[in-house]
Amino acid sequence: MELEQLSCQELVELVTDFVEGALPAEERDRVERHLDTCQGCRTYVEQMRRTIELSGHLTVDDVSPEAELALLEAFRGWRVS
Amino acid sequence: MAATEAELLDALRAGDEGAFVALVRDYHPSLVRVARMYVSSQATAEEVAQETWLGVLNGIDRFEGRSSLKTWIFRILANIAKTRAVREGRTLPFSALEDPARVPDPAVAADRFLDSEHPRWPGHWAVKPAPWPEDALLAAETRKRLADAIEALPATQRAVLTLRDVEGWSSEEVRNALELSETNQRVLLHRARSKVRAALESYLEQA
Repeated sequence: MELEQLSCQELVELVTDFVEGALPAEERDRVERHLDTCQGCRTYVEQMRRTIELSGHLTVDDVSPEAELALLEAFRGWRVS
Repeated sequence: MAATEAELLDALRAGDEGAFVALVRDYHPSLVRVARMYVSSQATAEEVAQETWLGVLNGIDRFEGRSSLKTWIFRILANIAKTRAVREGRTLPFSALEDPARVPDPAVAADRFLDSEHPRWPGHWAVKPAPWPEDALLAAETRKRLADAIEALPATQRAVLTLRDVEGWSSEEVRNALELSETNQRVLLHRARSKVRAALESYLEQA
């Protein structure tokens, strides 16, 4: 039985499961078939991938010097105890 | 962390300051971010993270390595943070996910699509997304907008997206640290990524 075609509005809700490899094979095929013929959704998926990639280039926060010092003090206290 | 976990544990137990500081630098910012899901202020989240390290030191001789060190540290954090949340009278962070009546925000605003009654193209793009210009994407200002969009997320979504996409944790590590089901981890990640993409799109369209 052929499943009904996905709409673009449905596809955008499946994008995370799709890029995470979490879709069952049948659903995955539906997404891929839709992407074969839909420029808008191909661009959308590409934007999602770029968003993830750019997030990976952000710098992670540093520990504040005060917090680090306080923890180091605690560590020294623990060591002698 | 270049050393293996066993070497790191030996160093910590032997009182090696360098090993401890390296561990703190690796995990402290994430501990604060995760704590922020449970408690009402940044200052309290910082306290919870500090308290977590004391729990780590006090428990390290008993740590048997049945889970990874990372998972163990985040479990300690979750316990401390939950106790605080209860004391503050707050509901626990993932309770809203269990509410069947809750209708989630769409990944893309409904008015971007043709009506579901449209004779030919129901639910198809009314306004298609346009490819992003590569040079604008790599600009420092875009990076700042991205960071701002992540910062503006609700605390649970922010924690999941930051651990997964900024820090590169696996979904399993995030699930273990946040005590989330696989499905809920993906639901939160989906909402977070969708909002961040939309924020970038709206910025890049004007740029």
